[in-house]
Amino acid sequence: MFVNRKAPHGTIYALEALEVVLISAAFDQDVSLAFLDDGVYQLVKGQHTKAIDVKNFSPTYRALEGYDIEKLYVERESLEQRGLTEGDLIVPVAVMSAEELVRRMEAQDVVIGC
Amino acid sequence: MLHIVNKSPYERTALASCLAHAAKGSAVILIEDAVYAAVKGGAAEAELARAIGRVDVYALGPDIEARGMKDRVMDGVKVVDYGGFVDLAAEHRTNQSWL
Amino acid sequence: MKFGLMINEGPYSHQASDTAYQFAKAALARGHQIHRVFFYNDGVNNATRLTEPPQDDRHIVNRWTKLAEEHGLDLVVCVAAGLRRGLVDENLAPGFRISGLGQLVESGIQADRLVVFGD
Repeated sequence: MFVNRKAPHGTIYALEALEVVLISAAFDQDVSLAFLDDGVYQLVKGQHTKAIDVKNFSPTYRALEGYDIEKLYVERESLEQRGLTEGDLIVPVAVMSAEELVRRMEAQDVVIGC
Repeated sequence: MLHIVNKSPYERTALASCLAHAAKGSAVILIEDAVYAAVKGGAAEAELARAIGRVDVYALGPDIEARGMKDRVMDGVKVVDYGGFVDLAAEHRTNQSWL
Repeated sequence: MKFGLMINEGPYSHQASDTAYQFAKAALARGHQIHRVFFYNDGVNNATRLTEPPQDDRHIVNRWTKLAEEHGLDLVVCVAAGLRRGLVDENLAPGFRISGLGQLVESGIQADRLVVFGD
């Protein structure tokens, strides 16, 4: 599981984490992505980065399905804290409570915090 | 699960988020600037004290010493060296860094 | 036990590489194996042989090279992250090799534990 806790654009972590995710798809692993804290900002619709001249990688989240990566978990508390709802996100996700997310984290073999 | 935190609680929310997501019985190790969370009398002490008991809290001794906090570690925090850090990572089936 | 390490920050700016080094040394001292050390994000800058810190400071790059020599460590620098930051074979320090992200995923699968050091 990749645990995404950082906002996009201000730092490169979200983009380079996504590159790891895409590679991991080739290894026939049970890959899941968790988005919590500022990580939920990665999935917000309507990101336009032209004026800051930074690569807009947010559409790539929509391509994950094509790599058979379909487990996108978004923490409800993190969304609410930021005034966001599921409807603000660029891709279909499973919104869940922190408690449920913890249960899934605990079930992993490897957790990569990014 | 072993949770690894390396941020000062006075600058970032990593420790708070970690504690909110650490299941009962898991372990948390404070390394690098996160050791400031374990300093007696700091505003973060109460939050960490509430977590102790539900989770085991460790702090990396070399990082505490480097920051001049050797004699100020709060009760209930177990101080370990790098070998102890390795042991914790080995003992727990999984670990997660709260970067 | 086999440990995989991932280092995501460059040398000197952040303690991540120092902590990972001390962790690796302690793990080896306890009889564990280091399956691989993977350098990602700005962590690729730990592998440049152009690094010349002041005399009275630790040499983070050489320290990794030496540990790799002594213990046969596999130090892998991500090719994509390296190219982004100008880290290529021409300036790669001894003991490191450049390879793909698959090496990290493989380490996550093959090592008993993967520990991430970053910011």
